[in-house]
Amino acid sequence: MTETIKLNVNGVEHSVTAEADTPLIYILRNDLNLMGTRFGCGLGQCGACNVLIDGNNVASCDTPLWAAAGKRTTTIEGLGTPDHLHPLQQAFVDEQAAQCGYCVNGIIISAKALLDRNPEPGEDEIRAALDRNLCRCGTHNRFIRAIQRMVREAKGNVAR
Amino acid sequence: MSNSTAKLPPTLDKNRRLDRWVRINIEGTVTVRTGKVEIGQGIVSAIAQIAAEELDINYSRIRMMPVDTTISPNEGSTSGSRSVEEGGEAMRQACAEIRDALLQAAARKFDTSLEKLSVEDGTIRVRGSSDTITYWQLAPEANLARDATGQVRPKHADEFKLVGKALPRLDITAKLTGAAFIHDLVLPGMLHGRIVRPPSYRAKLLSLDDGAARAMPGVRAIVREGSFIGVIAGREEQAVKAMQALARGCEWREQADLPDVDAMPEFLLAQAAEDENLSDKSAASTAPGKTLTATYTRPYLAHASIGPSCALAWWHEGTLEVWSHSQSIYALRDEIAKILKLSPDNVIARHADGAGCYGHNGADDAAFDAVLLARAVEGHPVRVQWMREDEFAWEPFGPAMVVKVGGSLSVNGNVTEWKEEIWGNRHVSRPGRHPDPGLLAAWHFDQGYEPPPAVDMPLAMGGGSQRNAVPYYDFPGQSVINHAVKAMPVRTSTLRALGAYINVFAIESFMDELAAAAGIDPVEFRLRHLKDERAQAVIRAAAAKAGWKPNAKGDGTHGMGIGFARYKNIGDYVAVIAKVAVAESVRVVRVVAAIDCGCIVNPDGIINQVEGGIVQATSWTLKEQVRFDRTRITTRTWEDYPILNFSEAPKVETVLINRPEQASLGVGEGMAGPTAAAIANAVFNAMGVRVRELPMTPERIVAAMGE
Ligand code: FES
Ligand code: FES
Repeated sequence: MTETIKLNVNGVEHSVTAEADTPLIYILRNDLNLMGTRFGCGLGQCGACNVLIDGNNVASCDTPLWAAAGKRTTTIEGLGTPDHLHPLQQAFVDEQAAQCGYCVNGIIISAKALLDRNPEPGEDEIRAALDRNLCRCGTHNRFIRAIQRMVREAKGNVAR
Repeated sequence: MSNSTAKLPPTLDKNRRLDRWVRINIEGTVTVRTGKVEIGQGIVSAIAQIAAEELDINYSRIRMMPVDTTISPNEGSTSGSRSVEEGGEAMRQACAEIRDALLQAAARKFDTSLEKLSVEDGTIRVRGSSDTITYWQLAPEANLARDATGQVRPKHADEFKLVGKALPRLDITAKLTGAAFIHDLVLPGMLHGRIVRPPSYRAKLLSLDDGAARAMPGVRAIVREGSFIGVIAGREEQAVKAMQALARGCEWREQADLPDVDAMPEFLLAQAAEDENLSDKSAASTAPGKTLTATYTRPYLAHASIGPSCALAWWHEGTLEVWSHSQSIYALRDEIAKILKLSPDNVIARHADGAGCYGHNGADDAAFDAVLLARAVEGHPVRVQWMREDEFAWEPFGPAMVVKVGGSLSVNGNVTEWKEEIWGNRHVSRPGRHPDPGLLAAWHFDQGYEPPPAVDMPLAMGGGSQRNAVPYYDFPGQSVINHAVKAMPVRTSTLRALGAYINVFAIESFMDELAAAAGIDPVEFRLRHLKDERAQAVIRAAAAKAGWKPNAKGDGTHGMGIGFARYKNIGDYVAVIAKVAVAESVRVVRVVAAIDCGCIVNPDGIINQVEGGIVQATSWTLKEQVRFDRTRITTRTWEDYPILNFSEAPKVETVLINRPEQASLGVGEGMAGPTAAAIANAVFNAMGVRVRELPMTPERIVAAMGE
């Protein structure tokens, strides 16, 4: 049974018609054309599909459409655009923090969730906050450096 | 074809027309086509950097195009860390000739000589005059519709302005802001497909009740060819649900024909094999000394790409178009045409980026799946994405292997005799390498094809199972034998580094065992058996950076170990030193790597590959193993196949040794074997325990302690 459900994604109101148990990821990607949220496992195990719902970091493959109804969802597209990168995205570009880049957006979302609750995390806290994101290319250290750069720059004390 | 053509780089020789490689656009950009594809290694940007260098234009003007069989040069597959060596060299020469053609046109225009001209960012100036003209103005008259001649010399290393610089990659911003992958392509009228794979390799479909699936909303077609089943629906989640319903309607006959996953070494050693002598030199004299033997093993390993395989196909007006993240787009096109008995001219294959693949994974198979589904809905493009469970169960794994090594020492601690034998499947089952098609769905047709046997490249080209099986050291006596096992119960193909992962692990572990038996420091022991100065230099550089203390013993829980190899014995030189802390499990705390890959194109790109390769190899070495019961692959999700997480990833420090006058060598794979050995040697250094079976799980450490 399809239903029409109202969503707020990246500050924009949408209404979508689909079965209420449809994993949110398919709605974001196929109905709203927000392709930066990536399908990795569909099992809530890898973090590639992470989005923020009311500020909480969740796997959109593991979240039914109805659970996002009436809440505020933020995807990578809601952070910044190629011309106006979010400081976190900018830090990732500056550190060239990607190999294939498939896992990256989920990692940026996890980093955003971390920094929103703890603006100056130590390295161990960053690592722990990313432990549910998988990266097969082994780009872990670059991601950590990018997040540390973001933290430094946010403090206005840029190294180098 | 003129006889005066000088020797061209091989892939340029096969694709001589210059306008296949580069187009100068009147609006001030340059379209560049390489036959190599981006698989997360940054190669397309490195080739762009080379093109910008040789053309003397800003890097920002370059527009790299994905491989497309209607126009791109055919450079074979993107594999074996050969992309900069092959694709970069071809691009370098093509661009040098194009720059020359543009300068010639300018010289004609201004009635002057080439020596009087200089170029900066595509603007040509005549020295001592105010005459200038740009590439974009000259584009219409410089004839690029001609063959490369090999008569133009590319730049000398000391003329480089861009090569050697850490330029940012061209693809990263798009990837971390939105659509960038094949998964994100949307075509008009596109439908979504999913495949119902058999539960095990050789299962046969006995019956299919598709009633429930047919009645589901959005279902457009169900495709069945023998034991191959797929479904097409309007929405992606509808395709997933219909696929699950179809799976419930299947009755299969399976057979328990897999070996015991926990006794793979015994299985491999017992199989019929094709034996080949890889090296055979006998020592002048066999002075008596200590003799050691040891056996090393590795399990099946998964590529386990973070993104599942995905493809699009579209049949329309007698043409088939396919989009794939395959590493060999041309071979994929030919293989599809061969199986479906089409003319390759009627099949267009295009590359779009996928997630990192690390070798031959499900990419090509997914493309053929999409082709088979799209045939049922002609006129509609169909997008197929594999489920994670199928990605694990059906991708070809890196083969399990066994290596036995024996060695003798002279009284003064030199190796006099080295004996080594390796067992395992050959490693390459990419499409196009064998007369039988290597695309998965074709095995399941009623008139199915047998899975093609895997092959190896010749050792001189780097080999496959036998890659790096021959030690790079100088031993007076040496014999190395490959036993290429014929039976292939588990689907296998190339995984990053191929046989080099275990062969180097075995050689470098055993070098440590010999060094310990001789009472000589492991670094010193390696240096005294190496003649090549570049090899010695990376070992010394890694030791210096890591603060290596000769003959230092670990404290029972902490230790340091080294591993070295020259990849394929013809590629990059890599020395890795790992520092470990052993508690219930092994933790790799810090890794130092020194690399000599000849002329460095982009140092940051190399460091990125080295860091990633080391973290990935650490994950293989500590944690990874594909599992199966006697019938089915039981590794299906990330819970069944844990990989290194952020808290476990070691810090990596890289020392690059640049040799601008030397050929550039690929860096994608060279660190895998040295990393595994460095970890094992560090564990030995820490606690005196030698682990010879991979992965080095806590159970294995405990078992080794009991030996
Ligand atoms: S795709 Fe959602 S957690 Fe992996
Ligand atoms: S960069 Fe490829 S999976 Fe993380």
